[in-house]
Parts: sequence; structure tokens; C-alpha cells
Amino acid sequence: MSSRTLPLLFINLGGEMLYILDQRLRAQNIPADKAKKVMNDIITTMFNKKFLEELFKPQELYSKKALRTVFDRLAHASIMRLNQASMDKLYDLMTMAFKYQVLLCPRPKDILLISFNHMDAIKDFVKDTPSILSQVDETYQQLIEMYTTLCSGEFQLIRQTLLIFFQDMHIRVSALCCLLLCFPLCQVSIFLKDKVQNSNGRFVLPTSGPVPYGTQVPGLIRMFSCTGEEVTRLQFNNGGNYTAALREGSFEIFRDRVTKLGTNMYSVSRPVETHMSGTSKNSAQHTKVNTAPNPLAKEELNLLAKLMGGLEVPKSGNADNGFRVNLFNTDEEEEEALISRPGDLSYGVINIQATKDQQVNAELAKIMGEFTESGEQSPSSSSKGDDLLAMMDGL
Amino acid sequence: MYHKEKSIQVKNSASALYNNLGVLRIAPRHLTYFTVVHANVVNMVSASWDGLNYSHRQLQSKEPNVATSTSLIMQAAFCPLPSRDLLVVTSQKGIQMYESDGSIMVYWHALDTPETPTAQAVFARGISAVRESYICVGVSSGAILVFDVPIKGSNITLSEVLKEHKESITDIAPECSGQPGMECIADLVSADDGGNLYVDCIILWKGTVVAGYGTGQIHLYEAVTGILHAEINAHARWIYSLDIAPFSGLLLSAAEDSLVRVWHLTMTPETNSVEVAHLHNECVTDTQICGAKFCDGDGYAFAVTGYDLSEIIRYTQS
Repeated sequence: MSSRTLPLLFINLGGEMLYILDQRLRAQNIPADKAKKVMNDIITTMFNKKFLEELFKPQELYSKKALRTVFDRLAHASIMRLNQASMDKLYDLMTMAFKYQVLLCPRPKDILLISFNHMDAIKDFVKDTPSILSQVDETYQQLIEMYTTLCSGEFQLIRQTLLIFFQDMHIRVSALCCLLLCFPLCQVSIFLKDKVQNSNGRFVLPTSGPVPYGTQVPGLIRMFSCTGEEVTRLQFNNGGNYTAALREGSFEIFRDRVTKLGTNMYSVSRPVETHMSGTSKNSAQHTKVNTAPNPLAKEELNLLAKLMGGLEVPKSGNADNGFRVNLFNTDEEEEEALISRPGDLSYGVINIQATKDQQVNAELAKIMGEFTESGEQSPSSSSKGDDLLAMMDGL
Repeated sequence: MYHKEKSIQVKNSASALYNNLGVLRIAPRHLTYFTVVHANVVNMVSASWDGLNYSHRQLQSKEPNVATSTSLIMQAAFCPLPSRDLLVVTSQKGIQMYESDGSIMVYWHALDTPETPTAQAVFARGISAVRESYICVGVSSGAILVFDVPIKGSNITLSEVLKEHKESITDIAPECSGQPGMECIADLVSADDGGNLYVDCIILWKGTVVAGYGTGQIHLYEAVTGILHAEINAHARWIYSLDIAPFSGLLLSAAEDSLVRVWHLTMTPETNSVEVAHLHNECVTDTQICGAKFCDGDGYAFAVTGYDLSEIIRYTQS
């Protein structure tokens, strides 16, 4: 569908990941300097120039597997380590949060506002580090250039593409606090009792609240004569409890976005749980969209290589500097989560170690080799493979 | 006015696409066919009217030189012609046409897709049967392809390409007054992506264009002159589907706001006026609706699909 979806998917998921990691680093009382290093390392890798160049090219969305691999690498771009179960939970939270934001997004164009909310927060994380800050600012410019001129039809296509990507994901996330931020005009005490998700994992879509900017509150029929005069006005019951639209959010760099979707819902320290039950039935019905026989398409591998190119190799002397972050309350909970995760919900991550040695070349070369063996010939395939290997050699 | 009936379970959930529900009534066999698109697959259900028999079938998108296509389907719609009914499926790669039960693919038309993806997406969307033997399909470039369909067999040909639009086609509709022999002034109405008000659903009935907008409004225009007859603040979110029951003038609208609404249109040719009345609401809780269609020409029953829902919800007049 839309070939402009990937940058928005990546930046928004990345933003959610940073919110969660920030919260866990604080909850686990990781020393401030280490925590800051982790956040800086991840953000600088995320906004690596070459990586973003690859990302912003017009292309189809990556498979779920490939995207998960990219985020695995990103989460490990620093001295922080995550066990499989914690990484799974992190990814679940990230994806469900963004799915929620895309679903509740009032106008398709507001997806850009949500992206800017994430960008604003990321800027805040690195405000003390000018070099990384300038990377983020550059990305802002790229986003503005690419997206502010699109019409609403294009944004709806992007939104539909994202919704297809998130289809059938119903992992339950109990983060009651996020509702606080999404309905700024309403009494806090009432909404704390309401749920964001139902027990089956589906999001609550309210038939109340402000209508999107540019939409009228439903309920009026106006009929006109041939000369354009209004002849009749009729009211009807709209079946909901809507109010007039709020002002429009700004698409510039330093402005009020108005919408709270995409802002940090973890800023209050609150344990966030995820539940798997009830989703495996849907997963079994799920038709895999990307059923290519190879684990990663050529383009996805390119992105991965560029990402790894931006990684600093952890030296062995840093072993004591490294630490593990747990997305659960205890180590036992983490272990339990790994064992009890339904098989069809595992992400099937491809493990590629980012070390500057021959093994990387060999591993990537092997994957590239699998392409040509399966018969997928394209005129440029050999040159792309060469480019990839050359890039790895240059690390 | 309407009450909910037993839903039909579908193998996969519906994707968030406009007009994501196809309905074809086969009166002689007491069957109704339904189609729902899920990513690269069309799920077809054949339901007997007595509610006892359901049979399922899946159709895949197609692309050249690949055994299993992952190209996404934009729309699946039935095209009833006097001599035969066809099922048309449009995707990012091309246009597939099947016999109405989905058993045989009778025609495939590949779209020109560039080697490397461009910023402008390529796909086909907007399907309509026109007059006795044509099927029109819209394309993202703004062109409308006109196919000539013989009474039977697979000798379907591309007979014309209409290039009136500059932007992506969103929907196409035929004149569907349902009265044989009625003189049609306009045959076809098409809508595109351009402009500030985004039209994504369109209907042409007795010379009146009914357009559903991204702002949630419905406008009624006189087809030939473009005069605005009526403006309805119908929904709080994007309208995803519009359908008309041609014999009764009932109009069905459905949107992302979880609501399906039933309206009544009355034409008064003497005064050249159109009247709209609101009749009924149905709320499909916590669901962004992506398809809603009447199951018969009188509007006695209608069916609804929603994003992430694996069922077709049905309503019948009480």
C-alpha cells in the first residue's frame, strides 16, 4: 500500500520503546549516568544518518519478523541487556501502544502529530547532548519535508497500511494511566475507573468527546433549493455524546500538538502488565502476509546492516559496565513469562551478533547466499550483496 | 426498526479498507455470497437463506512470476451484469476477475508497477459494473479502466482508459435506479483523492450523487448540474461505506465512529428536490466499521464488517 509508512512506524515504535526503557531504568534505580548513557546510545543509533537514509526511501513495510529484529538490535545498542522474555514484553507494549494511537487518531493527518509528540519527547531526552540533538533536529526536518505536504487521502492510506500491519494483535496491556492523558477536558476521577481495553484485548472506542478538527458534530440535516437557499433543517439523534472539535495541533517544530496521543504515558512509575490469554485463537487464524521463504528480504537486510554499521562494538572490558534490565517485577516473573508464552506469539527473531569480526560477514553472506539458491534472481541482487559485504568490511 | 441476527463467522478478520464487504444475492438458489478482504486474501462465504448451510472459500491476490503473492488487496466487489455476475478483486499488482462463486479466475490484468517502489503508491481501487457489459476499475494514477465483458467465457478485453482524474480514484458507482428501461443521463460517477474534502464513498441513484466524506459528512448533489441538494453531518469520523437499496430509497452509511445509520431518500421530480430523513442507528461497540451493505434491493436486511473483527454482523427489519 503506502510506500511512505516505514519511517512513521519506526519513529513511533522507537519513541514508545524509549518511554518504557526510561521508566524501567528509573524503577530499577539504575545510576543516572548509566541510564543516560543507555538512552543516548539508543537514540544516536536510531537517528544514524545512513540508517535514516535507508528508512526514508519509498518502500513497502517490513515483515513483523524483520522489524522485531531491528528493534532487538536497537535495544542492545548500549550497555543494557534484556532477556528474551523482557524483550518480548517490551515489544508487545510498544506495538500495542502505537496500535492504540493509530486507532484512536481522530484524523489520519494526526498520525504526524503523534509522531511529533514522540520526537518532542526524544529531543527532551537528549537536550544535554548537542551532537545527538542535532541528529534529532535533522530528522524533524526530514519528517516535515516528507509529510506536511501530503493530502488527507495519502495519510489515510498510511493509516490503513499501519492497521493492516497491526491486524489481529490483541495483547492486553493494563496501563490505566494512559487514559488520563488522552482526554484532557474530563474529570480525572471518573476516567480512572474506566478501562482502555476490554478483557478480550480490544480497545475501547468511545462514541463521545470532541470530534476531529474539520468535522462537525453529527446530528444535522440541511436541505437546499435549486438556488442554494437552505429550505429545511432537521435534527437527528446521533447515538453518542459528542462535543465540538478542539483547535488544530501544530505541525511545526516547536508548537502545541493538542493531542495527547504519543506523549509519555509511563511518566508516572506504574507497573505495566501484559496478558497473553485469549490471543492465541486469533493468531491461529492469522494469515501471514509476508510468506517469503527467506527470513529477511534484501531491503530489510540492508537496513539491518546500516543499523549495525552505526553500532559501537562493546569492548570486552566493559563487562562490568553492562547491566540487565527487567520488564517484570522479579526475575522469577520474567522466567515464568518466557515459559508460558504461547508458541504462536513468539517473534522468531533472527540472531545476528554485532561484532566486528569475520563471523558477521560469514553469517550475512550465508543469508545472502540463501537468496540466490532459492532462485530469486534480480539484476541487482549480486551488486546489493557486494555492497552489504563491503559495508561490513568497512566497520 | 432493525434487530441483530446471528453473525456469520469468517476465517480472518477484516482489513481497514473502504467498502470492505461484497454482497451478492442469488435468488434462484436461495443463497447470498459475502466477501471480506484480509490483507492479501479474500474470504468468501456462501450463506443459505435458511441459515443452515455456510461454505467458505479463500481467494489469493495474484502477481506475475510469484507462486504466493503477498501483494495487498484493496477491494473485492461483485459486478452484476444482465448476462452474468463477476467478482472483481483489485490489488497493488493488478485486477483479477472471477466467476461470482470464486471458483474460476476468468481474467487478469497487470498494472504497470515500477521496478523500485516510488513515493506514489500503485494500486487499483473502485469497482463498478456499467450498463450491459462493462466493468470499470479505478487506478491510483487517476485513470479508469473500462473492460468489455462478453456474455460468457474469458474473452474480457480492456476497451478504453478514461483519464479525467489526476488523483487516485477512491470509488466508482453506476447509476443504480433499478428500473429497467429508465433513461440514464449519467452512467457512472467517480471520486478521487484530491481536494480538501476527501470523498471515499459514492453512489449514483436516480440522477442524484450521494457522496461520503472523510469529515463524516454526506452530501447529495444533482448529478448533471452539480447542485447541492442536501448536506448531512452524518458521522464523527471517516465514512467507510455507503450503500443504497434502489427499490425503497433506503441509504446505509457506516464509519470509523462505530456507527451504522439508515436514512431514507425521497425524490420529487416535479420540484426537482431530494429529501433525506434519518431512520435508524446501530452501534457496533468498539469497532471501526469498514463495510456495510444491504442484502437485498428493498433494504430489508443489511450486513456489516469491522476492522479486526472475524465476523459479518447481520441486521434484519423487525
